[in-house]
Amino acid sequence: MPLPREDVEATTPKFLRDKYAIVGVGETTYTRGSDKSTRALASIAVRNAMVDAGLKPSEIDGMLSYQFNDSVFSPFVAGDFGIRLNFYMDVFGGGSSTEALIGIAIGVIEAGMCKTVVIFRSMNGFSQVRIGGTGVRSAVPVSGDMLHSRAYGWQSAGQSFAPSFMRHMHDFGTTAEQVAHVRVAHSHHASNNPKAYYKKRITVEDVVGSRMICKPLHLLDCCVETDNANAIIVTTAERAKDLKQPLVQIRGVVGRCSKPRVDMHYQTGPISTVAGRYAREILWPNAGVGPDDVDLTGSYDAFTFTTMLQLEDYGFCKKGDGGHYVSDGTIMLGGKRPNNTSGGHLCEGYTHGIAMVIENVRQLRHDADDSCPIGPDGRRQHTYDYREGGCRQVKNAEVSANLGWAMPGTGSAMVMWRG
Amino acid sequence: MISAQYLGMPLEINDLDHENLDYFGYCAKHDFRLQRCASCKLLRYPPTTACPWCSGPDSEWVSVEGRGTVHSYTEVHHAIQPAFKQYTPYLVLLVELDTQSGIPTREEGLRVIGNLVRPDGVLAPKTEVERVGIGTRVRMVFTDVAPGLALPQWTIDETAVGGTPWRYRG
Repeated sequence: MPLPREDVEATTPKFLRDKYAIVGVGETTYTRGSDKSTRALASIAVRNAMVDAGLKPSEIDGMLSYQFNDSVFSPFVAGDFGIRLNFYMDVFGGGSSTEALIGIAIGVIEAGMCKTVVIFRSMNGFSQVRIGGTGVRSAVPVSGDMLHSRAYGWQSAGQSFAPSFMRHMHDFGTTAEQVAHVRVAHSHHASNNPKAYYKKRITVEDVVGSRMICKPLHLLDCCVETDNANAIIVTTAERAKDLKQPLVQIRGVVGRCSKPRVDMHYQTGPISTVAGRYAREILWPNAGVGPDDVDLTGSYDAFTFTTMLQLEDYGFCKKGDGGHYVSDGTIMLGGKRPNNTSGGHLCEGYTHGIAMVIENVRQLRHDADDSCPIGPDGRRQHTYDYREGGCRQVKNAEVSANLGWAMPGTGSAMVMWRG
Repeated sequence: MISAQYLGMPLEINDLDHENLDYFGYCAKHDFRLQRCASCKLLRYPPTTACPWCSGPDSEWVSVEGRGTVHSYTEVHHAIQPAFKQYTPYLVLLVELDTQSGIPTREEGLRVIGNLVRPDGVLAPKTEVERVGIGTRVRMVFTDVAPGLALPQWTIDETAVGGTPWRYRG
C-alpha cells in the first residue's frame, strides 16, 4: 500500500509517523476476585511486558498510569522493580486514556526527558471499585456538577450515555437487534481467546432477551467488570529494532479529543454524534491512511453502542449506517474488518481500553495468542479457521485502528501498522 | 454549606460553590433561573463560571419559562442508588427548553436534565413513564429537598396537543 495516501490531507507533524513503536505488552489473568492488590497486579503485568519486549528493568526509565483513585501509583511499581525513573506521571481517567498516554509517552521521549516508557492500568474493577457505580462509588456525597446528574439517579456510565444511544435509534432507525451483533461478534472472538473471562458464544436473541438495565441497554449490551492489570511499553522504532518482537509502529495518535462543551456535550447536537467526528480530522491526516486502509479495529466496547457509534463517526461507514455496519458480518473474524478480536470489554475483561491496544499489537505481530499450534520458531502457526475454540489471528493484518471512548463527548484513537 | 438527604443520598453544596448555591436557591423558591451573560446575553445551562460562547465572566440570573420538549431520555430499570429501586422504572429526561432553542447555532439548545415526576415532585409511576418519549411536551415542577435546595423536575404537560412521542420498543 502506498503511504501516505494521496487523498488524505496529511498536513500535521508527520515527521513523527513511524518514529515510535510498541515493543512490549503484558497482562494478568482476567478474574472476578484477584485476591491481589492493584500494586501486585501491576507488577505482574509490567513484568510480563518487559519479558515480552526483552527489556530489563534497568532499561525502563519512564512510567505512566491512569486511574480513578482506585489503583497504585507508578513510583511504587517502579520501586518494586528497582527501576530508576527519569519521568513518571499518574493521570486521572479511564477509557480513552491509553491512546492519549501513548501520545504523551511519544512527547516526553521526543523532548529528551526519557527513553522507554511503561504505561499500565491496574484495577480490581470487580472486587474493589466497580466502575458501574455500585458500592464505594455510590456512597460519596453528591455535590458540584453531580447535583445535575447523580441527584437524578443518572450516574452509571450506561445511564449517562443512554440519551446518545436512544437519540441514534430515533434519528436513524437503528435497532436493538442490529447493535446486539456487536456482542455476538465479540463473544465469537472471545470463544477463540483462552484468556477471555466470558468464552461462550451467544446470539442476538440472547442479548435482546436479557433483562433491561436502562433503555436501550440490556444486560448483555453492557461489558463485564473484572480484576486485572495490563501494560505496554513505548520506545523509538530505532531502539525497537534491537528488541525481541516484530516491529509494530505508531502511525498517529489522538488524545481525549472532545465535542464542544466536553462534559456538557448534550448542550450541543447532534447528540447522536460522538467525539470521533472530531478526532477523525486529526487521526487520519496524522496517520496518512484512511478507514479503507484499516484491516482491523479496536472500537471501545463498554457497551455495544459505543463500538457502533465510534466506527460510524470515524468514517468506517456513512453517518447513520452504524447499525448496518456492525450487523452485516464486517466486524466478525473472517469478515472484512474484524473489531475487538480478543472479545473486548464485553467478553474478555474490563481494562479501560488498554487490552484492545495489546490485542492489536499482537495481531500486527501475527502472533495472536490463540489455540493454534506453536511452530519451531516459537510463534503460532495460524489456521485461520475461526470456528469455536480455533484461530483468532486476522489474515494479513497490516494496519489497525484503536478507538478509545471516555464518553460520547470525549475519545482517543491510534493507528498502528506492522513495520 | 447546604447539606441534605434525598432518596438516601447525601446532597451537599459548599460555601464556595456560588453558582450552584444561586441556581438551587432560586429553585427552592420555585423560580427557575439561568445565568445570562452580561456581554453576549446568551443563557446557559448547567451553571458555569464563564460564558461558553464569549468567555465573559459576568452574568445575571434571569427567570426562564420551564417548558420544553423531550430531546432524549433513558428509562432506568436497574437502579444504582438503593432508594431509587422502589421507583423503577424511572425516567431521566433530557429536555430542550422552548427558550433559546436552536440558538446560537441550529444544533444548540438549553437541554435540562430531570426525572419524570408527578406534579408534587415525587418520581412518576409506571403508567406515566410509559406515556413519555422523544417529542413529549413537559413542564417544570420542583422537588423540595431542604431550605435553599430544590431540584428542577419535569412532568407531562397535559395541556399540550401533539403527536405520539417516539419510544424505545422492546
